[in-house]
Amino acid sequence: MTTLTLGKALNTGLRKAMEDDPKVVLMGEDIGKLGGVFRITDGLQKDFGEARVVDTPLAEAGIVGTAVGLAMRGYRPVVEIQFDGFVFPAYNQIVTQVAKIHARSRGRLPMPITIRIPFGGGIGAVEHHSESPEAYFAHTTGLKVVAVSNPADAYWMLQQAIACPDPVVFFEPKRRYWDKAEVDLEATPQPLFTSRVVRSGDDLTLLAYGPMVKTALQAAQAAEDEGRSIEVIDLRTLSPLDLTPVEESVRRTGRCVVVHEAQTTLGLGAEIAARVTESCFHSLEAPVLRVGGYDVTYPPSKLEEEYLPDLDRVLHVVDRAMEF
Amino acid sequence: MTAVPEAQEMVDPVPGAAAPHLPAQPELVQLLTPEGERVEHPEYALDVTDDELRALYRDLALVRRWDVEATALQRQGELGIWASLLGQEAAQIGAGRALGDDDMAFPTYREHGVAWTRGVDPLQVISLFRGNDLGGWDPLATKFNLYTVVIGAQCLHATGYAMGIQRDTADAAAIAFLGDGATSQGEVNEAMIWAATFDAPVVFFCQNNQYAISVPIERQSKVPLFRRAAGFGFPGVRVDGNDVLAVLAVTRAALARAREGSGPTFIEAFTYRMGAHTTSDDPTRYRLADELEEWKLRDPIARLKAHLSRSGKAGPEFFAAVDAEGDELAKHIRSGTLDMPDPAPTEMFDHVYAEQTDEIAAQRAAFLAYQEGFEK
Repeated sequence: MTTLTLGKALNTGLRKAMEDDPKVVLMGEDIGKLGGVFRITDGLQKDFGEARVVDTPLAEAGIVGTAVGLAMRGYRPVVEIQFDGFVFPAYNQIVTQVAKIHARSRGRLPMPITIRIPFGGGIGAVEHHSESPEAYFAHTTGLKVVAVSNPADAYWMLQQAIACPDPVVFFEPKRRYWDKAEVDLEATPQPLFTSRVVRSGDDLTLLAYGPMVKTALQAAQAAEDEGRSIEVIDLRTLSPLDLTPVEESVRRTGRCVVVHEAQTTLGLGAEIAARVTESCFHSLEAPVLRVGGYDVTYPPSKLEEEYLPDLDRVLHVVDRAMEF
Repeated sequence: MTAVPEAQEMVDPVPGAAAPHLPAQPELVQLLTPEGERVEHPEYALDVTDDELRALYRDLALVRRWDVEATALQRQGELGIWASLLGQEAAQIGAGRALGDDDMAFPTYREHGVAWTRGVDPLQVISLFRGNDLGGWDPLATKFNLYTVVIGAQCLHATGYAMGIQRDTADAAAIAFLGDGATSQGEVNEAMIWAATFDAPVVFFCQNNQYAISVPIERQSKVPLFRRAAGFGFPGVRVDGNDVLAVLAVTRAALARAREGSGPTFIEAFTYRMGAHTTSDDPTRYRLADELEEWKLRDPIARLKAHLSRSGKAGPEFFAAVDAEGDELAKHIRSGTLDMPDPAPTEMFDHVYAEQTDEIAAQRAAFLAYQEGFEK
């Protein structure tokens, strides 16, 4: 076992992927000499050279569009989008090209591209640096979308995403980059596109992913102090969704709450609520409830604590579900 | 350099020979005048055998025959739409025949002539416009990527592919096809920045056919397109896009430059879309018939025919044989289109991912069960 921050676990996972497969090429803004603005690629250019760790021009469409061409040539590009809010210049390439090329070519052109995006708020940043755009990508057929919440998953899921023959949008919870945990570098990892029960409980099922998993676990702990037993599931994969453990849980607890930072309307929570309602209708004691960001422009950082779901907001909605 | 000479008498068999004059064109590389006269250019020598000249004529004539047949099929309701290449045959055949076996082409949606040179069966292009698939050919086997409809995206793909060639240290190049309208797209400009920065072995081949659907070139650029290349830091050249020999020579030179590690080139093939943008378009709303008549005098096929005829490199028997081959091609296209089976309905579920998801597998199963419900 090794103690790693989430950021260092990503760095270690990237290094391992590059050692395992010479076709893995990293591209992004400031990822070479600087090691990335969050240092996720720290030291990799020095060890693997400028042909495999490419400091690109400042052009996100260029980063993703050239990754498409590299993939056609047999490479496995791993691209870094510096911040969540900067992905939209590349949105056309991701949605129009990356997502569709496998289907259009009837499988002749696989697109094993990993698009890493640090996402979410809570770091006191200026605008466009704190967003949660995952639903746009989860809504796009042809992409797979995952979000990691802890160092061990960061290490393993990143390697699995890179090895995946399909394009994967890989969301990293930037405010958790500095969280530490033990990582077993020899473990057999859980399959990538699966969710996981991270805390058992009997009274309510609480779903979260990315940065909100920690918040959900804190809420579950606080609820236990009040005598409520909450099961927490880390979704891990947002597209495809793995709701089998969720349904098993909800059939037992009868109550379900989904948490995410993204705006509530048409967020992942809406889809999950619809599916859980359909599959667990006769077990539900309350409607599936959502805790998310408000449907507003991401506020200036002095207000982000009010905007982001926190332990109290989660517990407030848990109370509503319990009292229904 | 060589401007089109003014006030030259036209000679048979150029159609429209009655028109005594052609308006001057801008300076461009030319090896074959509209009248079919072979001229030299100091920078672009071209050695072609008579066989090669006849083969180029055959290419030009056959892709036009294909195009005519496809337009007819659309008019008869057999294709949803067709994007005609009429008038751009020389630009596409010249560029396509300049490519080596290992070079990779990234077309837009009108490059049927390039597809022809890569050995793509016309029916595999037709099937896209008929609505049977999203591009029927194998892009890796043919070294001809699928068509790109959202303008400009393919320039980045070509550049990325070229970066792969660099990493493989392969003796190959990529070529991105684009139109005059595409030069306004951000992604095209990003591609040129990337290509220049990394000295990527890529050629940007722009067919300036004067219109982006209805919008004339003046709305896309205040400077001649080929001059933009200088701003990105690589050579730009304007070639007579209706002169298959000049296009061949210029593209060969650009590809050689790319392969030897000297970086990208921007080629502006100055040409004219003689037909509509697509079969859904009505060019009479935005351009004058006179303009088309002028360009007919620069027809890319007629000028090579004139050259072959006058020089004695080909006679009536050759042209008749090509015509007959064209008729056979048209029959192949027509019967192949009419006989084309509709895709299996489940096809749409089958290639979304390399690794199918449970969600789509479940939708596929539900779809089949739903369909079977009707058959009972």
